[in-house]
Amino acid sequence: MLYIFMLGYDVDFGHMEAVSLISAPKYPEKQVGYIVTSCLLNENHDFLRLAINTVRNDIIGRNETFQCLALTMVGNIGGRDFAESLAPDVQKLLISSSCRPLVRKKAALCLLRLFRKNPDVVNVDGWVDRMAQLLDERDLGVLTSSMSLLVALVSNNHEAYWSCLPKCVKTLERLARNQDIPQEYTYYGIPSPWLQVKTMRALQYFPTIEDPNTRRSLFEVLQRILMGTDVVKNVNKNNASHAVLFEALALVMHLDAEKEMMSQCVALLGKFIAVREPNIRYLGLENMTRMLLVTDVQDIIKRHQAQIITSLKDPDISIRRRALDLLYGMCDITNAKDIVEELLQYLSTAEFAMREELSLKAAILAEKFAPDLSWYVDVILQLIDKAGDFVSDDIWFRVVQFVTNNEDLQPYAAAKAREYLDKPAIHETMVKVSAYLLGEFGHLLARRPGCSPKELFSIIHEKLPTVLSSTIPILLSTYAKILMHTQPPDPELQNQIWGIFNKYESCIDAEIQQRAVEYHALSRKGASLMDILAEMPKFPERQSALIKKAEDTEVDTAEQSAIKLRAQQQMSSALVVTDQRPANGTPSGIQLSLVKVPSMSINEDQNMAEQGLSHENGILSKVDPQTPSADLLGDLLGPLAIEGPPGTDVQSQQNIVSGLENVPNTVEAAAIVPVEEQTNSVQPIGSIAERFHALCLKDSGVLYEDPYIQIGIKAEWRAHQGRVVLFLGNKNTSPLVSVHAIILPPSHLKIELSLVPDTIPPRAQVQCPLEVVNLRPSRDVAVLDFSYKFGNNMVNAKLRLPAVLNKFLHPISVSGDEFFPQWRSLSGPPLKLQEVVRGVRPMPLLDMANLFNSFRLMVSPGLDPNPNNLVASTTYYSESTRPMLCLIRIETDPADRTQLRMTVASGDPTLTFELKEFIKEQLVSIPTALRSPMAATPAPPIPQPTSPAAALTDPGAMLAGLL
Amino acid sequence: MGIRFILMVNKQGQTRLAQYYEYLTLEERRALEGEIVRKCLARTEQQCSFVEHRNYKIVYRRYASLFFLVGVDNDENELAILEFIHLLVETMDRHFGNVCELDIMFHLEKAHFMLEEMVMNGCIVETSKSNILTPIQLMEKA
Repeated sequence: MLYIFMLGYDVDFGHMEAVSLISAPKYPEKQVGYIVTSCLLNENHDFLRLAINTVRNDIIGRNETFQCLALTMVGNIGGRDFAESLAPDVQKLLISSSCRPLVRKKAALCLLRLFRKNPDVVNVDGWVDRMAQLLDERDLGVLTSSMSLLVALVSNNHEAYWSCLPKCVKTLERLARNQDIPQEYTYYGIPSPWLQVKTMRALQYFPTIEDPNTRRSLFEVLQRILMGTDVVKNVNKNNASHAVLFEALALVMHLDAEKEMMSQCVALLGKFIAVREPNIRYLGLENMTRMLLVTDVQDIIKRHQAQIITSLKDPDISIRRRALDLLYGMCDITNAKDIVEELLQYLSTAEFAMREELSLKAAILAEKFAPDLSWYVDVILQLIDKAGDFVSDDIWFRVVQFVTNNEDLQPYAAAKAREYLDKPAIHETMVKVSAYLLGEFGHLLARRPGCSPKELFSIIHEKLPTVLSSTIPILLSTYAKILMHTQPPDPELQNQIWGIFNKYESCIDAEIQQRAVEYHALSRKGASLMDILAEMPKFPERQSALIKKAEDTEVDTAEQSAIKLRAQQQMSSALVVTDQRPANGTPSGIQLSLVKVPSMSINEDQNMAEQGLSHENGILSKVDPQTPSADLLGDLLGPLAIEGPPGTDVQSQQNIVSGLENVPNTVEAAAIVPVEEQTNSVQPIGSIAERFHALCLKDSGVLYEDPYIQIGIKAEWRAHQGRVVLFLGNKNTSPLVSVHAIILPPSHLKIELSLVPDTIPPRAQVQCPLEVVNLRPSRDVAVLDFSYKFGNNMVNAKLRLPAVLNKFLHPISVSGDEFFPQWRSLSGPPLKLQEVVRGVRPMPLLDMANLFNSFRLMVSPGLDPNPNNLVASTTYYSESTRPMLCLIRIETDPADRTQLRMTVASGDPTLTFELKEFIKEQLVSIPTALRSPMAATPAPPIPQPTSPAAALTDPGAMLAGLL
Repeated sequence: MGIRFILMVNKQGQTRLAQYYEYLTLEERRALEGEIVRKCLARTEQQCSFVEHRNYKIVYRRYASLFFLVGVDNDENELAILEFIHLLVETMDRHFGNVCELDIMFHLEKAHFMLEEMVMNGCIVETSKSNILTPIQLMEKA
């Protein structure tokens, strides 16, 4: 049956049989049962539950072989259920002196499995001494298994296992000296290489060794291994001894030993990477790469550069990969040129599987260590030429970014691009880069032969039929730019290009269509709009997307593609925005470039207006933004225009209005709208106090809103800590500037606000995370002093942050048995406070219970025999106190619901007081937001008492009271 | 974790023995085996015995027509695993007397028992041949 399974068929028909075999009394049957079960079932399989009991019986039974079988099975597939029911038994077995090593070694690994799967279930607290005992074991089998267990334990928490360290060293010594090792554990004359390896692995988990004696003896052993290993005839012996040797090398690296030993290691590795034996060469390269990370031996390693480069041409892909990694790691300014050139050369012969990685690495190295930028451009263009398919978009985006940011580079890059275009067949990516570069900087070449706009156009246009639809937009932009740079305009070229735009205006791809329409309209409008197509502004310096990508290559592919996608999006939005934007608004435009939505909407507005008005050209030309009437407009809209991209914003509004109303004096109409907006801008939408109260009960919602900004909040609370994220959303099409946010925390809260950006781009949302730590109980509220400037108006709002007492409560339900002893043990003030509260907003008991629950005070119904009373409990977390149980009892008077008696008890006097006051506040002045749902309940309407009503209707007074 | 899985595959790419120490569904196993086998069988004698595959390394060794493939974590000591394969083969040799593919095919359960004794939960438990073989002899007696 196992055979069937192995061939890949589903054999669930036999599962039950296998499980029932386990309980068979005969050894062979049991054996088969166990093995089949552990092969076929996974840890969550239902049948396993059936077997737990049998397994347990076997484990605690007397028969050693049965014990072994059971332990092995649990070790292989043990899940949570097993861990819960068997862990203590297994632990007992492991340390009991009565059973044979055979059983104990299995128990060790079984425990390891259980520990790994469910660290919470297996209690390892008292294990330090026992581990130490185990390591004294003479039997190598047990030692091997316990060493594995130790590795797991130590990697989890090395602090606790210091005492095991000397034992490990001793074991290693014993092995290395070949003292007292039974014959059957020696493998080709080497005492159990696996145990040696394991021991050294365990030692690598300890940071350093302080005890000089231990250290010395360890070094002696290592020295012995390093020196004593040489190549022998027998393959197996050779392998085994080298296995030990490499592990020793790793340990030496980890210990960061003396220089001398280190250089010895490097020398050894250098020897290894030159040997014929491929395995050893592979490992030599790999370890050298590791060594680069650990220490400053680069110089020594560099001596082997030639050898490593030869390995790059090895017939074996594994070795080539390692060599590539090593070259990548050892590259720095001094040898970058050689290495990158070597990589480029290799690129043309490398197989497909490696090309992408290779080109990415070459690109990163070229960027990181480029001695001069023209070299960098050369390298990347070569790269695209040689392995276009494997050059991701990020790489060419990056080169474009570089060229745009460095003026001296532009003519050079353009010329290079032109050269590559001459080749008969070039890669798509190359078309993209060249077209882009020539569009931007082609005019810089105009004087050179073969570089007139017309020639540029024709050579680029040749490529058009061969490219994919994703490249066409770039080509269209290039045409528009060529057209723009052709001064004086060349009618023939113009007609040609317009013809192309016309053709693509009906293209099915929305992006191409939009571009064609836009460029067509723009170019027809003549010179006044030409500066829209001016050179792109410099890119903001940002971390190379490539390096980020390389860091993430180890991460799974989904994430990686997401990153790529994001980078692309950023790029493309930057392209769109900056293309359309007038060049005179440079600084604010950089913020714009991250947001795609607003720029698109502007474009569309513009388009719509333009299309609508193109036949009324006469009118439009009169309403040109540069006409005298614009002065008036400029005065009125001055504040607006400063931040926004000036021309576009004003113009688009204007155009919309004119398009809709078709009134000649659109200027006034357009001017009025924003002015009105400005006058009433300061008024917040909705009551701040109400929003605050609502947020006291919820964890997310809107904290503040006015016509320009919306501040949302989202909070997570865990014990005494909280993480709050403020979402600052700009509702406008122009950025908000001078944004300031200061937190005025009360003394009991520690609040850290991350940096709030000075400007919020249009229609964008900025997130500002806040870390909140509650130090001690208090009712004070943190205040966020928030201000920003819109136009000339300075808007300032002081907002209370809903980091209130109840956020640090955690509802806990208690039974009567737990409640009453606690309640009685906390007797009298200051731990237990009682107060009669009058002027309570009357409400039915059920509503009060709901209110309490929403404040994270868990109401326990039925604890108090009197139905008019309410008992609630909760736990309070703060940094200074341990989790504190709080108990609350409310006694209401059915005759007069405006008063009640409240008793609060907790283990901390301040907490009791603060909690009592907090509840009182909540009961007396329940926010209006809560009242509306209550009115809907069938409860009989009760006349409102005067005093709390006054407090309610006057939010100012309430604010003053709370602040 | 150490060892993730152990496979024995013949020259034609048919799996002869498979033991996994982490749970994979049938489809995943099939796909994985296919990929690995294709990768490893294509390699020549002169190339090294380690192949990187997805997030682990395959250490493999060829004995006549049978390939032994062991999938391990990236930080495992490769040579040690390579020798462990040899130890496994030697152990089988001792039991079957010059082991061959057919031995493993027809005594699959015994091969599994041996493996069980040597590796548990991805860690090497026992390396002494006589210790490994005791339970099996015990079974034969029974």
